[in-house]
Amino acid sequence: MLSLYLKLFYEFFKTGLFAVGGGMATIPFLSDMANKYPDWFTQTDLSNMIAVGESTPGPIGVNMATYVGFITGSDYGVLGSVLGAIVATLGLITPSIIIILIISAILKNFKDNKYVNNAFYGLRPASTGLIAAAGISVIASTLINVSGLAFNTFCLNWKGLILAVVIWLFSNLIKKTKALHPIVFIAFSALIGIIFKLK
Amino acid sequence: MKELISLFFTFAKVGVMTFGGGYAMLPILQREVVEKKHWATEEELMDYFAIGQCTPGVIAVNTATFIGQKCKGILGGILATLGVVFPSLIIISLLAGVIEAFKEIELVQYAFGGIRVCVCVLILNAVVKLLKKAVVDPATLIIFIAVTVCSTVFANISPIIFVLIAAALGIAIKAIEGGKK
Repeated sequence: MLSLYLKLFYEFFKTGLFAVGGGMATIPFLSDMANKYPDWFTQTDLSNMIAVGESTPGPIGVNMATYVGFITGSDYGVLGSVLGAIVATLGLITPSIIIILIISAILKNFKDNKYVNNAFYGLRPASTGLIAAAGISVIASTLINVSGLAFNTFCLNWKGLILAVVIWLFSNLIKKTKALHPIVFIAFSALIGIIFKLK
Repeated sequence: MKELISLFFTFAKVGVMTFGGGYAMLPILQREVVEKKHWATEEELMDYFAIGQCTPGVIAVNTATFIGQKCKGILGGILATLGVVFPSLIIISLLAGVIEAFKEIELVQYAFGGIRVCVCVLILNAVVKLLKKAVVDPATLIIFIAVTVCSTVFANISPIIFVLIAAALGIAIKAIEGGKK
């Protein structure tokens, strides 16, 4: 039991240390966790967590960590779940606390530092690429129903694809709905999912 | 002591009101930290927020640690950070419990079937938005494409490897560019 929580803390510590660019940047790390520990949670769970993280109060990265910890600890009952949620969240924020405390103590001009800026010049596109890759695997499992590279199970989710195009149009091209909070699109999709029996 | 408790609860309030990503918290921070509590000036807040963005981890957490530390030292930093994650812990634990309990119901499965499609689009939108800031020249475009392809094809490679290589590449490319000039 102890080893599970230690592993959980360690995994989220790594996520907090290396996820650069905000909450969305933690997704590739969570996806990596789902690959490494299939008994913790699945890629499908991950999609649900992203939706819940986006549509509840609190920073999305913290919300997803709490959710993962809660599910992972559920083998040990409700208390185990809550403990998992706390451990995962503490794991995620510990590197932040350490790094920020060091930076504010020694580096007055951290954000003007040449090497920091140059490192971020390379980090930003890489972090975006990691999120894109995680996005591709979410899209593959949701809209095309392929898991990994098993193309023999290739099957297009037509209803989902149409819904995706509709949401994309509403969230990018149509002026009136473009600026709406993601929670509106999530609620709309849930309703469509129920009406048209999406799976 | 009073200040420390006040830090915790102010940041708990910021946590509750931050809906979605870290960027959503900036206007709330302005109201709570600058206008109400006078813990930082507008300029300082923008600096802290900028540092929060260019350090690893969740932006909201980084910014909270920074402001807390500036106000009340190390303990202040820790309490502000615990404050900002506190609402998430309670809300998500309650919600996750409910969702896990009802997950087998067909109606709930259909709802999540729709929601997962929406998540695809939300990630796509986030990537497009980040791309505008991240890809500024051919070199950054190549890094973006290379990481996207490699990370998709070799799903077993830890994201940490890509992060470390990219940071080193950024410094190396800039050093070469500087050398040419």
